[in-house]
Amino acid sequence: MLHELTLTGLTAKLAAKEVSSREAMQACLERIDAVDGQVNAFMSIDRDDALGQADAVDAALAKGATHAGQPLLGVPVSLKDLFCVKGQPVNCSSKILGDFRSPYDGTVVRKLRDAGAVLFGRINMDEFAMGSSTENSAFGRSNNPWDLERVPGGSSGGCAAAVAAQECFGSIGTDTGGSIRQPAALCGCVGLKPTYGRVSRYGVVAFASSLDQVGPLTRDVRDSATLLGAMAGHDPHDSTSVPTEVPDYVSELGGDLKGIKLGLPGEFLIDGIDPEVRAAFDAAVKQCEELGAEIQEVSMPHTEYGVATYYIVATAEASANLARFDGIRYGDRVDGDDPFSLYCNTRGQGFGEEVKRRIILGTYVLSSGYYDAYYLRAQKVRTLIKRDFEQAFETVDALITPTVPAAAFKAGEKMDDPLQMYLSDIFTISCNLAGTCGISLPCGFTSDPKLPIGLQLIGKPFGESQLLKIADAYEQATPWHTERAAL
Amino acid sequence: MANNDFDIHYVANLARIALSPEQEARLAAQLGDILGYVKKLEELDVTGVEPMAHAVPLANVLRTDEVQPSIPQEAALANAPKQANGLFVVPKIVE
Amino acid sequence: MQYEAVIGLETHCQLKTKSKMFCGCANEFGAVPNTNVCPVCLGMPGVLPVPNERALQLTALTGYLLNCEVPGFAKFDRKNYFYPDVSKDYQITQYDFPSTTTGHVDFEFGDGIERVRVTRAHIEEDVGKNNHFAQHSGVDFNRAGVPLLEIVSEPDLRSADMAYEYLNALKDILIYGGISDCDMEKGMVRCDVNISVRPKGEEKLGVKVEIKNMNTFSGVRRAINYEVPRQIETLESGGTLVQETRRWDDVAGITESMRTKEHAHDYRYFPEPDIMPLKPDETWLAEVFSHIVELPLARKQRFVSDYGIPAQDADVFVGNVPLGDFFEQAVEGAKNAKAIANWVINNLQACLIETGTTVDELKFEPAAIRELVAIIDAGTISSKGGQEVFAALFENGGSPAAIVEARGLAQVSDSGELDKWCQDAIDSNPDPADDYRNGKENAINFLKGQVMKASRGKANPQVVGETLAKLLKG
Repeated sequence: MLHELTLTGLTAKLAAKEVSSREAMQACLERIDAVDGQVNAFMSIDRDDALGQADAVDAALAKGATHAGQPLLGVPVSLKDLFCVKGQPVNCSSKILGDFRSPYDGTVVRKLRDAGAVLFGRINMDEFAMGSSTENSAFGRSNNPWDLERVPGGSSGGCAAAVAAQECFGSIGTDTGGSIRQPAALCGCVGLKPTYGRVSRYGVVAFASSLDQVGPLTRDVRDSATLLGAMAGHDPHDSTSVPTEVPDYVSELGGDLKGIKLGLPGEFLIDGIDPEVRAAFDAAVKQCEELGAEIQEVSMPHTEYGVATYYIVATAEASANLARFDGIRYGDRVDGDDPFSLYCNTRGQGFGEEVKRRIILGTYVLSSGYYDAYYLRAQKVRTLIKRDFEQAFETVDALITPTVPAAAFKAGEKMDDPLQMYLSDIFTISCNLAGTCGISLPCGFTSDPKLPIGLQLIGKPFGESQLLKIADAYEQATPWHTERAAL
Repeated sequence: MANNDFDIHYVANLARIALSPEQEARLAAQLGDILGYVKKLEELDVTGVEPMAHAVPLANVLRTDEVQPSIPQEAALANAPKQANGLFVVPKIVE
Repeated sequence: MQYEAVIGLETHCQLKTKSKMFCGCANEFGAVPNTNVCPVCLGMPGVLPVPNERALQLTALTGYLLNCEVPGFAKFDRKNYFYPDVSKDYQITQYDFPSTTTGHVDFEFGDGIERVRVTRAHIEEDVGKNNHFAQHSGVDFNRAGVPLLEIVSEPDLRSADMAYEYLNALKDILIYGGISDCDMEKGMVRCDVNISVRPKGEEKLGVKVEIKNMNTFSGVRRAINYEVPRQIETLESGGTLVQETRRWDDVAGITESMRTKEHAHDYRYFPEPDIMPLKPDETWLAEVFSHIVELPLARKQRFVSDYGIPAQDADVFVGNVPLGDFFEQAVEGAKNAKAIANWVINNLQACLIETGTTVDELKFEPAAIRELVAIIDAGTISSKGGQEVFAALFENGGSPAAIVEARGLAQVSDSGELDKWCQDAIDSNPDPADDYRNGKENAINFLKGQVMKASRGKANPQVVGETLAKLLKG
């Protein structure tokens, strides 16, 4: 079946003219019709627009367009509901944006289009990317294809679920504290968070500006490399994007792990890791060793401060970033007698509880009298955390850790205890604070129920090429990425 | 890092978020827990440590002073909840 | 008890750039509402700001012109507050590391030169404009994102007049530097005024009142002239002042407390994560500083001392820079700078205005004015002849000597011919000649007129007078 192909597999068939882009798109739509009632990954799809794009690509292919210049030619790719596409809605899974339609295209959207992708669908997420389960979506949660009672992770949970359920050939998400890697781990797919500044944030609705990065969720590492290559690069519209050359990530894949040094941070291997997760992780480390990697213990002494630092920095930035959702220029307005009450009513009714919680926390840590104690201190601890990484990377090429301490949890299990929910991000958060790149890929399953387990590799800043190479070598030696959820 | 004086009503007003009394009570308790947890940071000596505002060490990222096309007025106002005469209409502002 | 006023000003002025501070929309006044806007300045979801380099150059240049430090590190911050004209509900500004710090402005006030210290001049973005109607307000974001310089003075001002002169001096500097057009009519300059009073001799500052959003300098002067006595009277009648923001009612001529609903102000400044810090290096600053111009006061002082011209003339050359530059070239190596200044101001400037032309379009070189003055001073032509030469110069260019030659304007000082004209005049007019001889000295003027007439204006009037006197006293 067409929808079972990887992105790379599909492009081979498109290039060979064995299938058309319309057929590929049609296959996705049929698969969505068949399974999305259970998975609930897609919030909406503009089918005519999607098929129209596919037809345009088919016409281009007929005229001789090739995948050499446009590696994604004809490939249906879905987008998390926070990418601005001109004329299309974007809601960030929130009520507050109402029937907003973007007046412009973001840079990632433009680059993916330039690479030939057929962009379709708005994928469910935690409201404004705040959450680890999609339970904070104002439009209902998405479900984990491996066990529909469980969450797919978050905030890019819909993306991971859609990829795991084979509803698209790849999906684009964002990662602020683990929002790509954690759902990838929970749904058994590959999720890459590039180095901060590698991919433009222009046209991506911001959660925490100094932490957010765009990245792909895919079925395997090679697909991830292809999508990253299409999205990465300097953007004059984003002052924080870095003008470093983009390597050919795909062509650099292959080979074993000889000469690679992997760091094992003792501080990550805390009590409280699920025994099955721990066992799968230990096996993965052993596998890497067999592939030629040298395993070395490293110390990351500030790891335990990551969550606290993150929840101050991220919420502070978010409190300002989300101020613009005020009911004046766009979005659902809830009127008031004066601007003050209009703001309070609009935001009180438009935002969900987790978003309110974080905006209020962020407002508080920046407020007069508390700034130094909370925000400034957190910024300093962030420096210490970054130094941990710099020191580790002096001796190793990448870090190897579990992505999350446990497999997917049941929906509703952590909703009443936000702090416990936050703590489950402990392994992914420091990568964002340090600004470097990380990837999660499948490394096994729990036994009963059968749920995916994720392995995280963290690379040097702008070391995506090496990171993907390591991940690919591991993936090629293991069967996990070929397993599919039974839907 | 005292947070016993966390005034949820004051902070929610600063953030322009209307909360019901029940929401206020629940959020105050949850935020109290979270603020208690982030007190961990007090354990660290951060004397002389530079605060980190950006994840990459770039500087002087600027654009040339050139005019680029604006968007048409209809497009600017297309999403406005209320508009008239080319303006975004809001409740009367008393200055 | 004697009181003194302590006044500080925060002056905002729009920078003269083509595009806005963080996006490519035109920085232009008077466009149809919400047409100079884009997703960035409208604060749409997902947009990012990219700072305008020209605006930062102008900021650094201002720093230099205001004798400020230009630190090697500066950054942008977010100032958080909700207001309908603030599209993102935060304003991008500079908080603890501004682009320029600690400078001063020297300006003429009373009989001397006063100095007001400048705390900082930082760059930020302007907000949109609220229009008020009976039932509601309407927001136009054309102005949102226009680069705005905020110049903060120390509380060094002591009176309304002093504040007024400071503002005018500041405005002159900004216009001179090409930093801002400072067009008050277009709202390019706006002021917040901080006023307190204290007993004379007291060091401690009194309770500060802020008057926000003044858009004329004369308004600032009147507001201070109202507010200072109000504060003094309040204190003298045993009352207390509260720190507050007051509004200036220009029609009623009073300030009044802004009794808006009291929402606490807590701007929660923090570093703008979307913009990287600024580290102006030597090369960049050298480029900026290569555009430095002489400041108005320095120019005035130099014109007076170097050329010995009166202060009023120097003021003209400060106010009209191209004219002043022309004067400087004309005066080079000349003996009579004052006369050259007169020709440039009285004749040249008048002709330029009349014909609507500029100094650049002149058909003659500045040296021609120097030559003209020299031949008048030498008595070669009369000042009336000079007018004719200047008119010809302005019209067709050329050199004064050639014009004098071509038009036969040279005065006759040669004694032979003059003597004859004078004797003829005396002979033909015996009555005035007798009057003169009988002690009526004015009578000589009639005879002079006759000689000038006979010579068709070419006789040198001074020599004519001397010759007539000699012949009459014979």
